[in-house]
Amino acid sequence: MLKIAIVGAALAGFAAARALRRQGFAGEIVAIGAERHLPYDRPPLSKGFLTGACSVPELALADPDEDLDVRWRLGAAAARLDPGNRRIVLDDGEEIRADGVIVATGARARRLPDADGLAGVHTLRTLDDAITLRAALGRGGRLVVIGAGFIGAEVASSARSLGLEVTVVEALPAPLAGPLGAEMGAVCARLHDDHGVRLRTGVPVARLVGTARAEAVELADGTRLPADLVLAGIGARPNVEWLAGSGLAISGGVVTDESGATSLPAVVATGDCAMSFNRHAGRAIRVEHWTHAFEQPATAVATLLAGGGRHPPGRPAVPYFWSDQYGVRIQFAGHREDGDTVRIVEGDTEQRSFVAVYERDGRPVAVLGMNQSKIFTRWRRQLSAPGPVPSAAS
Amino acid sequence: MLRPVCPLGSIPRGEAYRWAIDPPVAIFHTDDGEVFAVDDTCTHQDASLADGWLEGCEVECPLHASRFDLRTGQVDAPPAKKPIRTHRVEVIDGVVHVALADVEAGRV
Repeated sequence: MLKIAIVGAALAGFAAARALRRQGFAGEIVAIGAERHLPYDRPPLSKGFLTGACSVPELALADPDEDLDVRWRLGAAAARLDPGNRRIVLDDGEEIRADGVIVATGARARRLPDADGLAGVHTLRTLDDAITLRAALGRGGRLVVIGAGFIGAEVASSARSLGLEVTVVEALPAPLAGPLGAEMGAVCARLHDDHGVRLRTGVPVARLVGTARAEAVELADGTRLPADLVLAGIGARPNVEWLAGSGLAISGGVVTDESGATSLPAVVATGDCAMSFNRHAGRAIRVEHWTHAFEQPATAVATLLAGGGRHPPGRPAVPYFWSDQYGVRIQFAGHREDGDTVRIVEGDTEQRSFVAVYERDGRPVAVLGMNQSKIFTRWRRQLSAPGPVPSAAS
Repeated sequence: MLRPVCPLGSIPRGEAYRWAIDPPVAIFHTDDGEVFAVDDTCTHQDASLADGWLEGCEVECPLHASRFDLRTGQVDAPPAKKPIRTHRVEVIDGVVHVALADVEAGRV
């Protein structure tokens, strides 16, 4: 393989470039990025970047002393992948042919259906989104956040610390029930009330009110929430439409095996856009966690460089994510399913400092920590290398 | 200038003590009985290395698993890019003393 194209220049694309060099690939690498920025880190965009604690240069992913010798082709989106010859056509017409392709086009924020044309309605995914949102938050006023997921919660927290009046609206009765289960989701959602942010659950948004500018969010029960600013944190869609006609199997993402191999030879997929088989879950899943985009590309790269030979994936990483809200650190690792029991093994939910372990058939399968990094980390290690159960002492 | 911080006996082997000055310093007592003092805040994001995982002379950040060599402060594993400062440690009469480095961490 002489030339490899990485489609996507965010965390997974960057991690793939680094992995290629670390695994000894000395050929040409071109990385295509739809955004105009060199690879940068997204997590601070809903936290320190919004509050002003962190600036653009600090977001850069590359180590200043690290030269990966990559041609960064930025500000152009891939529009097509030709099935037979791995030729990528960009939206500006440029064609890039490669011996191997790493698809890492990630995901984009879902938008509210009736938001088009209304000023003051934001989503948050990219640096450009964050720059716009930060400026809007600087004008103060009333923020309505639609969606009590992690992005919504973090923006609510950042906005509250900037002095805005914040209301969070969640259609589901139990916020964060998907990732954390209803019980622990409710515990985490209490952080909003702790910090003067109103939370309304179980009521979907009916429509946005306003002509040129959003003025209020109207809920399905008729309640109108006046707003100077609206942030929709309602999930993400994988960027895979460009792969129609490529011959790749697409189903909620680019379908891959456990090692990132797709249905096309010499094409692998990784990061937020990949729908990969996961043996813990027993089915294909699409993982949107930062650590997945950071770690998994090394596996996909190994698969690509191994050529036709099957590359054993090794021990699959235990999924892990974190969220910083209102000065509280929430960490989660493992796979949780409805029906798993959960118990507090350290601390106290009322103190907002605890570790909760989820169990299935008597085995720990997931762990949640709130402001308990040390004990959480011990349980997290326990999930990937089962041994004696950590004690609460020391 | 060496400052007394805590009795060595208060830090079990394999554990760390977080000295809550500004910026905070993490003091590690390794399984081999060595003592190291480094800046506590991971240079990647706001996490306490004293809460991290100590293995040999390396600490792994509990947030994203950046690893630092406690002897030199250098980054052994990303996502951190910048090294942490190391501080001179002496154990005198069973008490851990630390002399804070007053220069920014340099690259080896």
